[in-house]
This record gives sequence, C-alpha cells and structure tokens, in this order.
Amino acid sequence: MNRRGLFHRRSWAAVVSLVASHAAFAGGDQRASGVALLPKYKQECAACHVAFPPGMLPADSWRRLLDNLPHHYGTDASLDAATVNELATWLSANASTYRRVREVPPEDRITQSAWFIRKHDEVPAAVWKRPAVKSAANCAACHTQADQGDFNEHAVRIPR
Amino acid sequence: MTHSSLIRHVGTALIAGAIPIGAYAATPLDLQGAYSALAGTTAAPDRGQRLFTTRHGRDWSCSSCHGAVPTQAGKHVSTGKPIAPLAPAFNPERLVDAAKTEKWFRRNCNDVMGCECSAAEKADVIAWLRTLK
Repeated sequence: MNRRGLFHRRSWAAVVSLVASHAAFAGGDQRASGVALLPKYKQECAACHVAFPPGMLPADSWRRLLDNLPHHYGTDASLDAATVNELATWLSANASTYRRVREVPPEDRITQSAWFIRKHDEVPAAVWKRPAVKSAANCAACHTQADQGDFNEHAVRIPR
Repeated sequence: MTHSSLIRHVGTALIAGAIPIGAYAATPLDLQGAYSALAGTTAAPDRGQRLFTTRHGRDWSCSSCHGAVPTQAGKHVSTGKPIAPLAPAFNPERLVDAAKTEKWFRRNCNDVMGCECSAAEKADVIAWLRTLK
C-alpha cells in the first residue's frame, strides 16, 4: 500500500471511531457525560451511588455539596479536608457550563434539573417506585452502562 | 477517638509487631486490637452483632445496607447501589486499612446511631465480623 492509501485508511478509522464515540452519547446527555472520572472521585463518591458525571451539575452546586458532606441528603458523607480539596478542584474544572445545565437545580439535585425531568418525561411515575429502581438517583437501575458514564438511551433496560 | 489517634495507634502496633506492611495496612485483628487497647476492654462479638442489627431508635441499622449477616453483597437502602460483602472472610479488602475503617465507622455510626461509635463498640463489631466464616 502506498503512503496515501495508508493515510486514507488511518483517517477513515479515526472518523469511524469519532462517529462511534459521538453516537455512544447522542441518545443520553452528551454534554454532561464524556469526562474520564478522577480515580479519587470514583473511589469516594461511587461507594454509595453511581459516579454522577461532573457535567450534570453546575460548579456552584458541586461547591455546596462538598461544603456540606457531613449532611449529604440524609447521610454523613464526610471526608478529610485534603480529599475534599482534590475533589473540589476536579469538579469545578469539569462542572457543566452548558446553558441548560448551568442553572442550579432545586437542592442541588441532578434529578430536579429541568433537563433531567424533560429527558425522563415519558417514564411513568410508578416505574420510579419499583423496588429495583427506588430512587431517581439510582441511574444504574435502568442505564445499564451508567457506571462507565454512558447514559445512551439504547443501553436503557427498565426493570420490571 | 480521633481519626489520627487510631492511625497512630495502629501504626505503632504494626511497627512494634514488625509487620512488614505499609503504615496504613493492617489485618482485621490488628484493628480490633487497636480499638480494644484504646477502650481498655475486651471485644465481645455478641455485643457487636447486637449493635450491627439494631436500629437504635432511628431509621436504619447497619444491616439495612449490609444485610443482617454481611457475608454477601448488600444494597444501599436509599440509592440501591450494591455494596460488597463486609465480613473479611468474604471480602479481603475489608478492615485492612485503618484510615478507611475509621472513615466508614465515623459516617455510618453517625447515620445509624446519630453519634460516633466508641472504640469499644468498634472493637465489638469487628470481633463479630471476624467470626463470620
């Protein structure tokens, strides 16, 4: 194969992989999802719930959450100061700046954000109450790839 | 007891015992011993089981998330997130890190009992978890 042919093949491969990765987020919230998670964030925050992508909340909300970890939605999620600082730096750098996610949701809850409610408006109220779901914060109950930051609707399997 | 005092205590115990592992690494027995020494009492597994499975007049017990006998995976009572087994015989990552152990006792005793557990209570719980085989 000549040089040109090789270049073509490589650039096509790049285009195909770009399209594929774009498609992975297209049905979910592509603005909010695709950031590699800080290992410390995953270790500390994903012990009790799915590692919510940092782009799902604005920086002000993340700041308030971190300032208030001893009273974190009814539980004590306190961490040492060094860890809080490390998480604050990363969350503030990766918080959402998109217009729709920039608005601070009530109680700094992702699930109370206007974009979240709109994206889930076809899910009947009874589904959220199923024992396998329990909470709108339990993303992984339906978004089977949520733990990898993939919220693509093609991977959604609503439990009975 | 403070976080740093346990780490110091376990650290000293490990150095004194010449256990060739990192400063924060320990065994469940080391941690139980460190808490017992701080409390000046002997750990009692039956007291640990009672503390673990009782609601203490509030909404949750330790069992609400970890299961009544935490030899298999539990489930976070509010988020539904799976929780790996807590009994060390069923999960070698449990109770081998003094700082991590202190962090979870601090948070979870607060959630369940509304205050931190005493060193004696922590020793009791570890002693009970160590009996689960």
